[in-house]
Amino acid sequence: MRRAVLQALLSHWRRHKLQGLSLFLGLAIATALWSGVQAINAQARASYDDAARVLGQNRLERLVPPPDAVISEQTYVVLRRGGWRVSPVLSGMWQGDVRVLGIDPSTLPMGSAPAQIGQGLPIQDFITPPGLGYAAPETIALLKDTPGLPPLTPVPDLAPGLVMVDIGIAQGLLGREGQISYLLVDPVQPLVQAPLGDLAPDLTRQAPDAGNDLARLTDSFHLNLTAFGFLSFAVGLFIVHGAIGLAFEQRRPLFRTLRALGVPLRDLITMLLAEIVLLTLVAAGAGMVLGYLIAAWLLPDVAATLSGLYGAAVSGELALRPQWWGAGFAMAFAGVALASGQSLWRLARLPVLAPAQPRAWLRASVRSLRWQGLVAILLALAGIGLAWRAEGLIAGFAMLAALLLAAALLLPVLLAALLALAERLGDRAMLRWFWADTRQQLPGLSLALMALLLALAANVGVTTMVSSFRQTFTGWLDQRLASELYVTAADEAQGAALRDWLAPRADAVLPIWDVTAQAAGRPVAVYGVADHATYRDHWPLLDATSDVWDRLAMGDALLVNEQLARRAGLSVGDPLSVAGLPAPLTIAGVYSDYGNPLGQVIVSVDTLVTHFPDVPKLRHGIRIAPDRADDLRRAMQDELGLSPDQITDQAAIKAFSLGVFEQTFAVTGALGVLTLGVAGFAILTAQLTLAAMRLPQLAPVWGVGVTRRHLAGLELLRAVLLTALTMIFALPVGLLLAWVLLKIVNVAAFGWELPMGLFPRDWLLLGGIALLAGGAAAAWPAWRLARLQPARLLGVFAHER
Amino acid sequence: MLLEVDQVAKSFGTDPAKVQVLQGVSLRLAAGETVALTGESGSGKSTLLHLCAGLDRPDQGQIRIDGADIGAQSDSGRAGMRRNAIGIVFQQFNLIPSLDVAANLAFQARMAGRLDAARIATLADRLGLADLLHRYPDQLSGGQQQRVAIGRALAGAPALILADEPTGNLDEATGAAVMDLMLDLVADAGAGLLMVTHSEKLAARMDRRLHLSSGRVA
Repeated sequence: MRRAVLQALLSHWRRHKLQGLSLFLGLAIATALWSGVQAINAQARASYDDAARVLGQNRLERLVPPPDAVISEQTYVVLRRGGWRVSPVLSGMWQGDVRVLGIDPSTLPMGSAPAQIGQGLPIQDFITPPGLGYAAPETIALLKDTPGLPPLTPVPDLAPGLVMVDIGIAQGLLGREGQISYLLVDPVQPLVQAPLGDLAPDLTRQAPDAGNDLARLTDSFHLNLTAFGFLSFAVGLFIVHGAIGLAFEQRRPLFRTLRALGVPLRDLITMLLAEIVLLTLVAAGAGMVLGYLIAAWLLPDVAATLSGLYGAAVSGELALRPQWWGAGFAMAFAGVALASGQSLWRLARLPVLAPAQPRAWLRASVRSLRWQGLVAILLALAGIGLAWRAEGLIAGFAMLAALLLAAALLLPVLLAALLALAERLGDRAMLRWFWADTRQQLPGLSLALMALLLALAANVGVTTMVSSFRQTFTGWLDQRLASELYVTAADEAQGAALRDWLAPRADAVLPIWDVTAQAAGRPVAVYGVADHATYRDHWPLLDATSDVWDRLAMGDALLVNEQLARRAGLSVGDPLSVAGLPAPLTIAGVYSDYGNPLGQVIVSVDTLVTHFPDVPKLRHGIRIAPDRADDLRRAMQDELGLSPDQITDQAAIKAFSLGVFEQTFAVTGALGVLTLGVAGFAILTAQLTLAAMRLPQLAPVWGVGVTRRHLAGLELLRAVLLTALTMIFALPVGLLLAWVLLKIVNVAAFGWELPMGLFPRDWLLLGGIALLAGGAAAAWPAWRLARLQPARLLGVFAHER
Repeated sequence: MLLEVDQVAKSFGTDPAKVQVLQGVSLRLAAGETVALTGESGSGKSTLLHLCAGLDRPDQGQIRIDGADIGAQSDSGRAGMRRNAIGIVFQQFNLIPSLDVAANLAFQARMAGRLDAARIATLADRLGLADLLHRYPDQLSGGQQQRVAIGRALAGAPALILADEPTGNLDEATGAAVMDLMLDLVADAGAGLLMVTHSEKLAARMDRRLHLSSGRVA
């Protein structure tokens, strides 16, 4: 029996290939976008884990020096003699983008290096110049033709961008002879050892994983990606819900017949579940493959973004993890369960003698629309409540979800009301029929229109956010990058010579010197600035006292960036203690600092140099008349022997910064386009499916003298009209979304707030694309209607019951 | 006795809008016997047929098929009786639109586990469907669809055929031809036939006639 029934159920798809295709593609695309984003996140997190695992950062204690200090070899020797089993490590950046990690293989705690290095390490070759290096295969590929490094051996477990060498080799490579960054503490220590305070009072013990935690730092970025992936998944689910709902409705007579012919309800539901599981397995499997391809396509952009924003190195090679497969399929099954649950529930409650009207679903009752409207209002109230009371990233996204869902649910209610009003106002017979017929089509199209609304609102929201950000960021760069030239000395001696040489030649030489210190319980960068009009005229202050620059110059005040102010709850007038400074200083101003995830403090350059005498004095901004900048650059190269890459002009830094900015939002833009594509596909499948069921409604109108071409034209007009109305409704929803992103989500995620701009040209472009998509989706069914054989329309009358 | 209906009552709705559709209806139908169920619209004919098919349960009374009380069965039990012992011919045909004629004809026999290819070929031949086996229901005329529905009901050789105005959707000539065929096939199979009809002509061709009026046997 089951075989016959299953065959009957599955035969539906053979006769409704388009519907099957839309279900398959809807689920595949939804799974693809979701799992693609998850693959990217998983890859990034694996890279962070690799980085954290290097030298047991996640499980070994360390002895660390004060901020911006190093440990001398002498201190190391004293500790070893005092009974401390510690191992020296030197960490530093080589040529800007390669992290060199120097280790001492003879003292390294057991199991702290990757197994491949620990086993059979040729110690003699490792420690003797030119030495041996270990790196991930992709790092080796990137460094293939780079001179200066020792021969490299591949170790897949190492983090990308990292080269591990002997500490002596590392000191040579980094030009840091005799220096140690930190000491790894062996878990096994002798019973008797001298107190650390006696041997090395300036060193502190750091617990495992207390260092720079990339995973935590980048959480907000990944949450953003996940939110967009989830939105795409939700849009895809609208297609799945529509296709499954339609397939169930179309098969209601079949279900009734099967029940009447002796198929028990339980068996019928079991077989429908089997059918759904089968379809989900196939479609989700295809979606996972597609998701992998999307992830592989987007990963380089994401890696560049993470590197630009957070300095996080992410492997460009995508690995397929079992958890990823499992989670992708689980998500697909959960989505399908959600999409088909209502249909199965209805079937379970369907009396065998209930009238089986396959088109009954087209006639949405006023009551269900009322319920929908009520749920939408409750969701909107919940969203407003969250905006009122809740704080943080999760609350921000929960509010977004509530508002978007409310808007989607409200759309059919508003459209139905509008169409009913139009129907009442229409006085010509054809016009009234058009409005009434459009209203009747609404339930069939509403899921697709809701998907379109979500995609359009997301695009309006994200475009507004990105454009607002770009506008603010560009203006901010103009303020922040006021110097005409930026120059970095190779060492302290060159720095001093540079300052002497520039003094008579430039209008001003502005030090850009910084150290890392602790303030308000978190690591901050402390910068020292000169008392100069450049800052007084240009610095992007958000809030400040009237005498901010005078007080800063006097050394009794400081400035903090917006991120630090928000995270630590600081404002102008508050005192702030900075480790290394003798007394708390008053906050005289808060400035915007976009693109920087970390806290920052500005003091006068004299204060910085006095209390942090070891501050590297290498970077400088040079003020000079723009028309003299090129001459000065050439003179610095010719007379001081500076290399071209030591000097950067303002335009180059701005171009670089804007490049990082554009890269940051490239992924968001790509996901936005993909989501819009999914919504366009939803409209197309809904139109095509409805077109197949339209004949009984169109035949009577054709019968009374309206041509097929005229009817086709009206079908096209209807699609464009509904798309336009959806776009109009999507606009305020999108702007609300942008407001939440800018005022709540960004503040929680990055620590800065941005002014919101309005960009009508972007809306017009998006509206144009949406109308084009809506029109294109209706074009094929309309064309088919215009060329329909009259016999097909006559058949409607012949079969009318 | 193939079908026994004893003092069956059935109502729909609740007070004060309760409608008593059947009251104390009894009937007997033996194997090989044909009975016409007639009555004005709303007299309870279709409800009685549905109760006999186990599509619904009576409020009172018993309906037995080959001695088994169909009203006492669970949903699965009643479905099993419909599958194995009953063939139903609906006024609206209720063919499976996604299966072709051949698959529709064989469908119930396959469900009952009594698929007999030779019997189906004979049926198709006698029903004039031999050339239409690979067509789908929406490619058939109303008469052709009803012939497929009859073939499907008979293919599994059920003991009892329940027909609800099987020619109600057909013109007179086609309806008469379909009826001739159905009666021949039922007679050949030795099955019992209970048929709801409005047609005096058709009712006259049955062994017996049972007239329902306001839910009671008149």
